[in-house]
Amino acid sequence: MRITVTVDGTKYTDDVEPRTLLVHYLRERVGKVGTVVGCDTSNCGACTVHLDGHSVKSCSVLAVQADGCEVTTIEGLARDGQLHPVQQAFHDNHALQCGFCTPGMIMQSIDLLADNPDPDEQAVREGLEGNLCRCTGYQNIVKAVRDAAKHMSPGAGPDAEKIEQANHVGVGGE
Amino acid sequence: MTATIEPEVGKSRRRKEDERLITGRTRWTDNIALPGMLHLAVLRSPFAHAKIVSIDTSAAKGLPGVVAVYTAADLDPEGAIGMPCAWPITPDMAAPRRPVLAADRVNFAGEGVAVVVARSSAEAHDALEAIEVEYDELPPVLDLEAALAEDAPLVHEELGSNKNAFWVFDSAEAGTGGNVEEALSSSEVVLKRRFRQQRLVPAFMEPRACVVDPTGAQLTMWSATQVPHILRVMSALTLGIPEHRLRVIAPDVGGGFGGKIGVLPEEMMTVLVANKLGKPVKWNESRSETMLAAHHGRDQIQDITISAKADGTVTGLKVELLANLGAYNGLVGPGVPILGAFMFNAIYKIPAYHFACTNVFTTTTLTDAYRGAGRPEATFAIERIMDELADELGMDPIELREKNWIKHEEFPFTTVCGLTYDSGNYEAATEKAKELFGYDALRREQKERRESNDPVQLGIGISTFTEMCGLAPSRVLGSLDYGAGGWEYASLRMLPTGKVEVTTGASAHGQGHETAWSQIVADQLGVPFEDVEVLHGDTQSSHKGLDTYGSRSLVVGGIAIVKAAEKVVAKAKPIAAHLLECSEDDLEFSGGKFTVKGTDSSTTIQDIALAVFAAHNLPDGVEPSLDSDATFDPENFSFPHGTHLCAAEVDTETGRVKLRSYVCVDDVGKVVNPLIVEGQVHGGLAQGIAQALFEEAVHDESGTLTTGTFADYLLPSAADLPSFTTDRTETPSTTNPLGAKGVGEAGTIASTPAVVNAVVDAVRHFGVNDIEMPLTPMRVWNAVRNGTPDAGGPGGEAGGGLGSIDASGGAQ
Ligand code: FES
Ligand code: FES
Repeated sequence: MRITVTVDGTKYTDDVEPRTLLVHYLRERVGKVGTVVGCDTSNCGACTVHLDGHSVKSCSVLAVQADGCEVTTIEGLARDGQLHPVQQAFHDNHALQCGFCTPGMIMQSIDLLADNPDPDEQAVREGLEGNLCRCTGYQNIVKAVRDAAKHMSPGAGPDAEKIEQANHVGVGGE
Repeated sequence: MTATIEPEVGKSRRRKEDERLITGRTRWTDNIALPGMLHLAVLRSPFAHAKIVSIDTSAAKGLPGVVAVYTAADLDPEGAIGMPCAWPITPDMAAPRRPVLAADRVNFAGEGVAVVVARSSAEAHDALEAIEVEYDELPPVLDLEAALAEDAPLVHEELGSNKNAFWVFDSAEAGTGGNVEEALSSSEVVLKRRFRQQRLVPAFMEPRACVVDPTGAQLTMWSATQVPHILRVMSALTLGIPEHRLRVIAPDVGGGFGGKIGVLPEEMMTVLVANKLGKPVKWNESRSETMLAAHHGRDQIQDITISAKADGTVTGLKVELLANLGAYNGLVGPGVPILGAFMFNAIYKIPAYHFACTNVFTTTTLTDAYRGAGRPEATFAIERIMDELADELGMDPIELREKNWIKHEEFPFTTVCGLTYDSGNYEAATEKAKELFGYDALRREQKERRESNDPVQLGIGISTFTEMCGLAPSRVLGSLDYGAGGWEYASLRMLPTGKVEVTTGASAHGQGHETAWSQIVADQLGVPFEDVEVLHGDTQSSHKGLDTYGSRSLVVGGIAIVKAAEKVVAKAKPIAAHLLECSEDDLEFSGGKFTVKGTDSSTTIQDIALAVFAAHNLPDGVEPSLDSDATFDPENFSFPHGTHLCAAEVDTETGRVKLRSYVCVDDVGKVVNPLIVEGQVHGGLAQGIAQALFEEAVHDESGTLTTGTFADYLLPSAADLPSFTTDRTETPSTTNPLGAKGVGEAGTIASTPAVVNAVVDAVRHFGVNDIEMPLTPMRVWNAVRNGTPDAGGPGGEAGGGLGSIDASGGAQ
């Protein structure tokens, strides 16, 4: 099947098998290997990306379902050499060790902050329930998300991405 | 060029590693794609124990994309390739051959029986389903005690028994202490307990993977391994590849925790297949495969007996272990319980000690190193029984510990195992922890809740611990029959522009070596932190090493860096003297500068690097190089310690456990980077708490792993864990120049008993004195109900009443 997907601001048109998962499409066809696979049961959240501005586990979405959509991966977050505030907060708060869960954690955290711009500890913990980390014990991740909340300009969540991406396409074309 | 003055060591430097990891520019093994690369998938046995009658691969061979299908007969026709075990703990240890692919018999569910090589991973996995294997099932061997019975079915018939080895240490025989049987028979209190260390999955987040490229001058192997150097030498020995023709790269590795310490049959298969086909081949596994086929940890039955005087003075300790090795010897699997043997006496002065361990083969996934390897098991048993002893004697558990621990002024102290603890201050850590925790107030609240029959009871758990870090002095490893040394290697190169390239043999997988090592070098050479680049995980650049496990990186690998830096300074000195036209004796080196004493005439080491590169004006006979190598072999282990306190709320009506607070004060000696240390403690705590409350790998009676995915195996999420209060005391180690002790395993080791002690403490007044891990609501609830004298005894399903709690809310 032929699909057209905008990934991190660039439009791609590809033929994919109907069974191809979005994560495999991103990794193997688009080359977005920053998004990783940690499980085969949609439990770990390592593969989390934004689909039309909302976080999804890209191992539980078919590539064909992304047809006509905009996808943001960890590789599309930093703009003009500037880290996204959540990326910056993960670095500042030592919220990662091996870093394997980190792309998914960051993508999920951005979505969480879009829903709740000022979450308390419990809200962060619950909002990250679908993302597993084996290294950090989560404490610094929670800290990072709450720290990022302080530095996010209003609208710096997934919705803002969507608008900016539209511009990207308009400017950059195909 | 300016030199830094403020010391880097001790600073909470944010990590150099982070940039690539938070932007998705990481190099995981699975990201590697080479031209013409093929994909390998492994067909795994669904049975725990069976004869392979036949394998028909013809249908699979014809499927789209399939390049080849191989069985043991193709890959290892002579049956010559067996997986290595580096730790033959006794001369008569049973060492069944572990083939790369099972030939005529499978010994655990998940063992590889055939491989498919195809153009894509999806095609390879599709083709697995078309391979027909006929099995003849054999009885599984699962129960450790039953496995040792005379008439037990045998995992390996040729061995005649399921016993791997029997290993014993006795303080009277070793001359390090008294006779345990005498101590037990002459003491006022003797307490015996059986504890079970459930089987755990290390559960690194990045599944294992390997890419082999045979097309270059060398054979290059990328692997998600935590031991690239060990993998290189072991692959060379196992496969007969000349070592210098083999390059192993561990790129970014997504966690290990001991779980990536093995030399894998899958890695060997990938090499064999790549060589056969002359093409690059990738193997990467799914999570369910990881759960089945990557090694597990723990899995011991511990019988422990302690004796004491009525005043609480411990007089003797006897430990008998049964350790489940799974189906074969792992790389260091047989030695894991032995590492624990030296830690059962923990921080206590125990006058008589006997340890005996029987390693047992079963038809299950192998067990091998898992975070702490042996020490968490030992610490759990001693800290649990100390609590039981305190209860028996009517003492406060902290008071009992104080009575027995080694006092600050008694260091160095040689233990009943013959180890010499160089330094420690258990008093200071405990005092600080008690204060942060609010110990007395919580005890008061506990009393009130008990008296008011509150359905939610409060328990307080303590765990004090020490461990042997920095594995290990080579001669100690030799005395334990370990197959290699315990040194570590570093090299340091001053580049012409004054930048510094450091290589370390301690390959990292999340521990932050690039940052910590940069801090060490910055201080040693007086150069800016940013001017140091740390290379690791590639046998071509960091060409020697023994890798990262057992909290050895800093206390062995970090010291090698200090030594290498000292050599570079020593090399620079005559050059500085030459350039400054003075005698070497008149020079002092500090902050990156050689200064002629009493003058302001100076030159920096970075300037000397350029002078060396140009080599126009060097003293006679001096080679134009500011490079050095160093190999450090520690003279002793280091012994971090700490006191952990946990407050747990136990809902006696549902069995649910909620950790209300967790306080730990760890003493890891001199700290290089407090931020990294704290992160390591957090992660360790999460893993140890998870053992106490959530995790268990379970096999059903047929030997099938029923917890084979993250849907069934309860890895805690953020919502399952509390925030921790962590703090430190700093008692430097006296046996290495940094004074560091190691931190990677501390949290895991200490937290499991702290949590279990807290939960048992919460419900002890119901007659409960133990609950098997993990403490699931069902187990806790059952313990409360069955432990209660007036609860009407065992039986009944969920919903039954609760002794002194109103029973009317029960059975419906
Ligand atoms: S890989 Fe998608 S949830 Fe685990
Ligand atoms: S940082 Fe390693 S899994 Fe989260």
